Amino acid sequence: MASPDAPALLSLRGIRKSFGPTEVLHGVDLNVRPGEVVALLGENGAGKSTLSNIISGAIQPSAGEMMWQGATYSPARPKEAIEGGIAMIHQELLLLPHLSIAENIFVGRYPMRHGRVDRAYMEKRASQGLQRLGLNISSKRLVEGLSTANQQLIEIAKALTLDAKLLILDEPTAALGGAETELLFKQVEQLKSEGVGIIYISHRLEEIRKIADRIVVLRDGDKVQEFDSADVPVRSIVEAMVGRSLERMFPEIPSPGEETLLDVRNVSASDDSFSNVSFRVNAGEIFGIAGLVGAGRTELVRAITGADAIASGQVFLKGQEVTPRTPADAIRNGMVLVPEDRKLQGLVLDHSIEENIGYANRQSVTRSGWITKGWVRKFAGECIEKFGVKGQGWQDADEMSGGNQQKVVLAKWLARDPEIVVLDEPTRGIDVGARSTIYEIVVELASRGIAVVVVSSDLEEVLGLSNRIMVMADGSPQGILDRTQANDVSVMELATQFN
Amino acid sequence: MGSELAQTDVGDTVTGGGEQKETGRFKLSNLFGGSTGPLLGLIALCIVLSFATDSFLSLRNFLNILDQITVLGIIAVGMTFVILIGGIDLSVGSVLALSMMVLGYLNIVAGMPMGIAIIGALAASAVVGIVAGILITEFKVPAFVATLAMMSIARGLANMITDGSQLIGFPPWFNLSAIIRHGGFLTTTVAIMLAVFVVAILFQRYRAGGRSLYAIGGNPEVARLAGINVKRSTVLVYMFCAMLAGLAGVTLAARLDAVQPSIGIAYELDAIAAVVIGGTSLSGGTGGVGGTIIGVLIIGVLRNGLNLLSVSPFLQSVIIGLVIVLAVAAETFKHRKK
Repeated sequence: MASPDAPALLSLRGIRKSFGPTEVLHGVDLNVRPGEVVALLGENGAGKSTLSNIISGAIQPSAGEMMWQGATYSPARPKEAIEGGIAMIHQELLLLPHLSIAENIFVGRYPMRHGRVDRAYMEKRASQGLQRLGLNISSKRLVEGLSTANQQLIEIAKALTLDAKLLILDEPTAALGGAETELLFKQVEQLKSEGVGIIYISHRLEEIRKIADRIVVLRDGDKVQEFDSADVPVRSIVEAMVGRSLERMFPEIPSPGEETLLDVRNVSASDDSFSNVSFRVNAGEIFGIAGLVGAGRTELVRAITGADAIASGQVFLKGQEVTPRTPADAIRNGMVLVPEDRKLQGLVLDHSIEENIGYANRQSVTRSGWITKGWVRKFAGECIEKFGVKGQGWQDADEMSGGNQQKVVLAKWLARDPEIVVLDEPTRGIDVGARSTIYEIVVELASRGIAVVVVSSDLEEVLGLSNRIMVMADGSPQGILDRTQANDVSVMELATQFN
Repeated sequence: MGSELAQTDVGDTVTGGGEQKETGRFKLSNLFGGSTGPLLGLIALCIVLSFATDSFLSLRNFLNILDQITVLGIIAVGMTFVILIGGIDLSVGSVLALSMMVLGYLNIVAGMPMGIAIIGALAASAVVGIVAGILITEFKVPAFVATLAMMSIARGLANMITDGSQLIGFPPWFNLSAIIRHGGFLTTTVAIMLAVFVVAILFQRYRAGGRSLYAIGGNPEVARLAGINVKRSTVLVYMFCAMLAGLAGVTLAARLDAVQPSIGIAYELDAIAAVVIGGTSLSGGTGGVGGTIIGVLIIGVLRNGLNLLSVSPFLQSVIIGLVIVLAVAAETFKHRKK
């Protein structure tokens, strides 16, 4: 165990980071002592990833200083951080499945002997690393087919053969089951006793309380609270995480109608990303879906709109069973999905805005299958005006700002006059001004009697926009809250429940 | 030519992949999907050859070039659509041979009328394309591998029909359709090629199905979420590409007045070269048939001119390779500047 007054292994003073004009970290201090697990908590977008990327050298701070083992530390590249003894284990594992464990551990720095790769030495060192973590598998085995927990441990073993003194674990248990989590925790205890410092990022508050020595809470780029022991009630942690941030302006939310337009019954995914989800959305209702990253929200809305396959369950639109198998099915029945990633799923970036709007609105720009640029331009021009896109139809989509791209994506799908609109993260990565335009569009849709589903990781946004909120965790709905009973604490409590 | 065309409304019509940035003013390149660079290259090539040889600049030689590019031109149109959706078709040379052998078998051996023989040849080609398309969409086989397999299979089937030997004895009018110039101008086979060009350009610009190909090539996931049936379109594109290769086989049979199963080897590479020279990106989503026509003409004019200059065929192939590099490098450079 670390003594409270041991000299810090890593110490951060006044770290700031700006991307363009927006500052995302406002002077954060952080200390990590040897043999200590510091939990880094915060909502999505609080600055955890930015901070850990700065520590691991992936990005450079705009201001502030870092000390590593008593010396000034300013890594320009991840390689410098790794050589210094700081390793980050990413959420998405970066292993090469067709190579052996030993090769994965030494990739890019193969030990050489007489001009050849020294396999024997490599395998021996790798085996030592695996044994240190209590892994009883041969280092000659291929990575392919190993359990996620074991792959995670191999990433850690890789860091250890690099003599890492500080590990940053980003959501290490996100893909692990209960027994695997226990195994990982045992290894973390082992590493602690060897004097390794650990920064532990997770949304799972219960497990944080088990593993962490201290808790640091970030919110909107500030360190808002530091708990010197992990023995704090979950409620206090959640309150620190959500806090009270700047009030944003949301338009008046209309009251929903009586008729149920979307009725989802017991749907489950084929890959367990969500299971047994049921909900109904009425005409003119805005239905928010909240939850943490990995809760299965995006998977759910993609499946009910036909973008991905559903394993079981039914979707009723306007009282009729439809259960779309393709996006075309959903669109034909009046339901559109405005997807999460506008750059990968919403727009062909190197095509013009006109073309992009035309792709999703064939019936409006064609006459018995014929199409001319004139018709496309006229139709797109109307959409551009209606949705306040700042740009010309002939401009390529990638020439525009994120907010304008998102308006084009909205225009593209809303121009069809759908009856059910599913918006997945409608304001991710766009500025405040464009956000309020999008909120107005959402509210306008509802007041026209359209059923709107909004998936958002931005808690304030879900709270501000929705008539009702369904909170998901681990692929299951944890509850549906009415607008009057929903607040940031009640939503976060549900979102951090894991079974 | 420019002033006459300027009267029409070409400047306001749809061009490929959104290259056109201005309206109102007519630009010759609009007709060819914005492939200004290759067009300038073609013009420069014609000017140089006009001075370098006595016989290049004549109507007769021009008509000869059209005869010589018929087969490549028809194949390259189908290849353009395949590449436009981000695919590749290596089987077109073999499909051409298969189509020719089916044609010869049905007409010469089985004694059926030419009309039925041609339909049979095109149907056989279509089957190859559909199989390739289904392998790609349903079984997720990469297009390169699926069409590589079909290249081998179609070639084998073509050889099996006559056990490798050639067939002669088509009706006389068939061969004459590739020789007689109606009105002193167009042979039937060249007219077929021009008709394919016109239909393909109209399809690409003015049909919803044609515009959808740009969406599929630009980003298949975006296209799918927009409600476009990507799988069906993909199968149809491979089917039409194979049918056009089959049609090219029919015109080649007319020119040769004979069919043999070893013909058409490496034609796919010429077709891909023409498409690439014409400015269609191998990653899909941009380009079009207009550019490909220029690409085909560049290859045809270059071969013709180099023959007139008595350049050896070996050196010709080196020169065509250099032209491909030049065209693609110019395109990459243009994109980087943007």
